[in-house]
Amino acid sequence: MAIKELQSEEQGTSLWQDAWIKLCKNYLALFGLAVLGLLCVVSLLTPWIAPYGYEEQNLILGATSPSVEHWLGTDIFGRDMLTRIMYGGRVSLTVGFIATAVALLIGVVWGAVAGFVGGRTDAVMMRIVDIMYALPFMIFIVLLMVVFGRNILLLFLAIGAVEWLTMARIVRSQVMALRKQEFVEAAHSLGLSQWTIIRRHIIPNTLGPVIVYTTLTIPSVMLLEAFLSFLGLGIQPPQSSWGLLINYGVETMEEYPWLLIFPGIALSLTLFALNFLGDGLRDALDPRTSKD
Amino acid sequence: MALLEVDGLKIYFHTRNGVVKAVDDVSFSVDAGETLAIVGESGSGKSVTCYSLLDLLPKPPAVIEAGTALFDGEDLFACDSVRMRQIRGNDIAVIFQDPMTSLNPFISIGEQLIEPLIYHPDKMRIKDRKTARKLAIELLDEVGIIEPEARFDCYPHEFSGGMRQRVMIAMALINKPRLLICDEPTTALDVTIQAQILELIKKLQKTRDVAVIFISHDLGVLAGIADKVMVMCDGTIREAGGTERIFYNSEDEYTKKLLAAIPEGAKLLPNRAEQDKPLVTVRNLKTYFEDYSKGSNGKQSIKAVDGVSLDLQRGEILGLVGESGSGKSTLGRSILQLAPTTSGSVTFDGTVLGDLKPKQLVPWRRRMQMIFQDPYASLNPRMTVYETLAEPLLYHGLADSNNIDQQVRQLMDDVGLAHSQMRKYPHEFSGGQRQRIAIGRAIATKPELIIADEPVSALDVTIQAQILDLILELVERHNLTMLFISHDLSVVRYISDRVMVMNKGLIVESGETEALWADPQQEYTQQLLKAIPLADPKRERLRIANG
Repeated sequence: MAIKELQSEEQGTSLWQDAWIKLCKNYLALFGLAVLGLLCVVSLLTPWIAPYGYEEQNLILGATSPSVEHWLGTDIFGRDMLTRIMYGGRVSLTVGFIATAVALLIGVVWGAVAGFVGGRTDAVMMRIVDIMYALPFMIFIVLLMVVFGRNILLLFLAIGAVEWLTMARIVRSQVMALRKQEFVEAAHSLGLSQWTIIRRHIIPNTLGPVIVYTTLTIPSVMLLEAFLSFLGLGIQPPQSSWGLLINYGVETMEEYPWLLIFPGIALSLTLFALNFLGDGLRDALDPRTSKD
Repeated sequence: MALLEVDGLKIYFHTRNGVVKAVDDVSFSVDAGETLAIVGESGSGKSVTCYSLLDLLPKPPAVIEAGTALFDGEDLFACDSVRMRQIRGNDIAVIFQDPMTSLNPFISIGEQLIEPLIYHPDKMRIKDRKTARKLAIELLDEVGIIEPEARFDCYPHEFSGGMRQRVMIAMALINKPRLLICDEPTTALDVTIQAQILELIKKLQKTRDVAVIFISHDLGVLAGIADKVMVMCDGTIREAGGTERIFYNSEDEYTKKLLAAIPEGAKLLPNRAEQDKPLVTVRNLKTYFEDYSKGSNGKQSIKAVDGVSLDLQRGEILGLVGESGSGKSTLGRSILQLAPTTSGSVTFDGTVLGDLKPKQLVPWRRRMQMIFQDPYASLNPRMTVYETLAEPLLYHGLADSNNIDQQVRQLMDDVGLAHSQMRKYPHEFSGGQRQRIAIGRAIATKPELIIADEPVSALDVTIQAQILDLILELVERHNLTMLFISHDLSVVRYISDRVMVMNKGLIVESGETEALWADPQQEYTQQLLKAIPLADPKRERLRIANG
């Protein structure tokens, strides 16, 4: 018995396995994960399970409040809101996750390299970031549209291109503090290559702020998509996204409040779920928080 | 009746993992003009005891379960917060360990000094700015700040560590307290500065007739200053009594262990240096840093290492001694090519390292390793012991996935860690165990040269002794050559075959350890050696008296 225990302790777990065990004990984070999972599954299955087609209009019906036929009511064209929210979720979640993933990847690598190498490399890399910051977003979008035309891929590109900047700055400041630490110097004296040091010693230690910022980025990206769609880039009616639905909902808020409330609830639910999960992940990935 | 009488003090910490008895039934008393030293290792409850007197403990989790602390007849634990503030300001003052962090960097030291006078809780004793300034300047003069008038408006960063600690002392004394609590006031200081500060505290105590509680983990520091000593371990008093009785006739096993752990005397193992076969040759090495401080206009540079030459023989342990800022750490890092050198050469086993590109250096890096000072900063907090130790082995191809487990276990045996701790993270270990992990990482690549930069100065004295013995054993077993950097002369004497004294970027003096101790040639070396506190009350008092 004692030997068995000892062995299991010796075998132990990696950082990620450890994190998973700790996450499973955090019910709030599990709830967030479950909600997100459910939303994703629903979005994937939408074409088969949606009660109506997303472009199915019923102009005679017009805007009606929730009823047995239309659980979440209909919009001014008589389109079923539940259906539109489900289809909207497909777009919003895809944009949210993919654009954030792109921003995350570029931002973390860019920031880590700039902060770690320092000196002239850092100066050049960060000036590029500054220039990107200074570009007026609208002009940037219009330029992209003129050159490439309307395209859903452009949407990811455009959002990714703005969102990674802040991430790069956050990561850089973290890395600059980390690279003076003795354990990084110890890694140098072991002869590890720069990239190995960044990958194994630097990036894992920046995870805390990165995860928190990521969970904040996803909802803001979803709203940005609405703005871009409004400008004409991105998706067009009769297709929908949560951001677009909220935009239209705001216009008719006084007459038909359910057109704002239900897409709003969908977005807030995602946001809450992400924040719970993000907090949970941050704690779970920090070995200093106890395993109990 | 004594000035302070603590009786039956019990302080428990109520944490998630259960109740921790930080202080368990502790009683002591201090008289005016008397110095009580509380000795113990980290976690012994010595600081908690003293902080409870001023209500400085975090509550919760700390709870004072029982006991009284009568200060001049008044129970400190029964005071409300208003009365406690008056006591803190007037009657009891504290000097903290780290003078670098206990002063506000944005306020001039003069302003910080007169703050308690101008904003005194007792309306009757509020002074106007002019009188306060005059008092503060007198006090700065008394604690040995030169030109106190001019220094009054300087900011903390313009002072050295020792000077800052003097300012802290002045700050503690400004309202003429009757009890002074010193929490390891010299631990962060160099040996010569430490001697000066100890002397200052002693002098002030006599002239002002205050009671002093002196907290330290280092018995050696206390010998000359304490009237009585109380030894604490795990929240309880192990032994208490007059200083001389504790030092000469200790009855308690733990106290004896503490006394035995003080590094004293010469290295016991034979010198293993092979003559005329230097592993490392350093010639006229210079490492300069650009100086960004005020008024240097970027053209001057800080000469951290300014023309050092040395030979490190195979199998030798060379001690490198110097005060903070002497450039000893930079020299170590320059030899390992971790700091960019300005000029001069470092030759390792016949190869000039400065000529190699970073990629070409990799195989050489395997042969020379470093042990760092701070075992809390030198380990990646997100890597387990296993990962930390496996990394160098796998990276340098010294092990593959088949035998890596066994190799890591071997390393853990080498440095005295239990196999069951393999998958734990650094924060789950004590300082001494962490240093063992760091040493394990350094010897993992089977290096020939190890540079140890103050490897024991962050550790308790008993742990320090264990780590020193571990290092000596490993040097012997793995046939290592070592450059041992330290500011602690007793430690260097205990471990080194040969010693170099460094000051302001230059080697001042070098020689066989015992020969140098017996007959130091340079004045600087003499000063350093004279400042070492002796763990022997009679000899220490004699030493101080002779000045």
